[in-house]
Amino acid sequence: MQFIENEEQEKKGFRWKMQQFLDKESVAGYVFSAPFIIGFLGFTLIPMAFSMYYSLTDYDMINAPTFVGMDNYTRLFTDARFLKSIRVTLVYVGISVPVKLIFALFIAYLLTRKVKGDTLYRSLFYVPSLIGGSIAVALVWKELFARLGLINALLNTIGLESINWFGAQDKAMIPLILSSAWQFGSAMIIFAAGLKEIPNTYYEAALIDGANKAQMFFKITLPLLSPIILFNLIMQTISAFMAFTQAFVITGGGPNDATNFYALYVYNHAFNFYNMGYASAMSWIMLLIIAFITFMILKFSKYWIFEEK
Amino acid sequence: MNKKKIKTFFYHAFLISFGFIMIYPVLWMITGSLRNNAEILSGNMSLIPENWRWENFANGWRGFGGVGFGTFFKNSFVITTVSTIGTVVSSACVAYAFSRIRFFGRNVLFVAMLLTMMLPGQVILIPQYIIYNQLGLVGTRIPLVLPHFFGQAFFIYQMMQFMVSIPRDLDESAYMDGCNKYTIFSKIIFPLLKPSIITTIIIQFYWKWDDFMGPLIYLNKPESYTVSIALKLFADAGSTTDYGAMFAMSTLSLIPVFLIFLFFNKYLIDGISTTGLKG
Repeated sequence: MQFIENEEQEKKGFRWKMQQFLDKESVAGYVFSAPFIIGFLGFTLIPMAFSMYYSLTDYDMINAPTFVGMDNYTRLFTDARFLKSIRVTLVYVGISVPVKLIFALFIAYLLTRKVKGDTLYRSLFYVPSLIGGSIAVALVWKELFARLGLINALLNTIGLESINWFGAQDKAMIPLILSSAWQFGSAMIIFAAGLKEIPNTYYEAALIDGANKAQMFFKITLPLLSPIILFNLIMQTISAFMAFTQAFVITGGGPNDATNFYALYVYNHAFNFYNMGYASAMSWIMLLIIAFITFMILKFSKYWIFEEK
Repeated sequence: MNKKKIKTFFYHAFLISFGFIMIYPVLWMITGSLRNNAEILSGNMSLIPENWRWENFANGWRGFGGVGFGTFFKNSFVITTVSTIGTVVSSACVAYAFSRIRFFGRNVLFVAMLLTMMLPGQVILIPQYIIYNQLGLVGTRIPLVLPHFFGQAFFIYQMMQFMVSIPRDLDESAYMDGCNKYTIFSKIIFPLLKPSIITTIIIQFYWKWDDFMGPLIYLNKPESYTVSIALKLFADAGSTTDYGAMFAMSTLSLIPVFLIFLFFNKYLIDGISTTGLKG
């Protein structure tokens, strides 16, 4: 009896101590952030270290990795398919991102007018962003631009000849760019939120000074919106660099690698040819390119970002 | 006055016609689900099917390889639901730690979180795959749901933005009443986070529902395929593809996303605008 009581007291003591320990502010902080700490180590930092190591090896997932030093990296610069994939990705990013942002800004600006049904319009224009990443839409896109598809039928009715969208190297990118531009909805919503923040008094003052609509847009709206334009530009650029699903389903990277985007090429090396080392090296170069471009966008932003005093 | 009316008319006319062009592909897909191959492949622009082929749905539902779309939908639901629960709970905990508790290393962790938001997933995809492969988990659903239980930067950030608006007095008065950091979280902060949690659920749900690359890499048996993979394989059947059935299943695959959008539209738009703005 005595023994059991003692044990219980001890248990209580342990529990109490445990409670005291957990209640400490710093301990609670680590407990609550534990998921992130574990996840960051396990799913980001350690894999990145592995990836760095694999990028210096030849690894096919069957045989043990063999160390090859910088070979994978030097090989990349003589790989014509790789160089082409960088080129087509840059073209895709360089065209699709500005087109998308111009659409997003234009529609968001139109919708700043308080009119009946503005939320309905906003929802309508958001729908493509909502579903654009799905396979369902990619399949629809493929059929729309097929040889006998709807887009060609439309071209024929206005007297133009059909275009072999997926057969010509200089045309295959167009459906993919249109698909991306079509999904301007989330950028539009971010712009719309930014436009709402611009005080009406600025426009009223400009109106008294005799400014017209265009002047107001270029002298008031654009400068005040510039931080949000920068944000959208960076986010859209990063995600455009990682474009994968649409190209994988719609063009498969063809014809003749004309739409063989970076992410697609990495995927093929990693999961079709099992060149894990080579693919790892490729993804590091991708990280460097994205970091460099983001850095340049930020660096040059000081020339066009307007800062309120 | 008249001039203004004309202007308003053109304004709405433009928005409606532009909106129509925008959703035309979606409408075309939906009506395509009721057509036969010949009609779909002829570049027919009309949105009204000539002969309403409801059997496309029955044909598509049968799936392929002896596995029906019922299974694919169930798989997608399981993966999406489990991932979403994991994301909500873990992200809320981390957001609470980062915004309400002071501890050594918090700022370093916060910066690390911001960096993971910018990190292209491609870089870690390959080593993760190799690790899962060595653990024998490729082919299971675990690689698709497990990462969601460790907080996701985007949503942590979003919840932190929201927590700023919850007055700290609430924490303090709860503390006076005998709450500790854990009960303050479970009784005060988590319930008040509701709008932010709904936003997280919606966005995570449709991201995961549409996810293609994850299932493409990790799933290798038809019984475990998600809807997105099944649709792709359905379309890959080549010359024998039943386009009507493919569009029927495509349409069905978008219904959950549309339903969520219909009911929680406001939360979705709030979420995008707040995180977008303060980034």
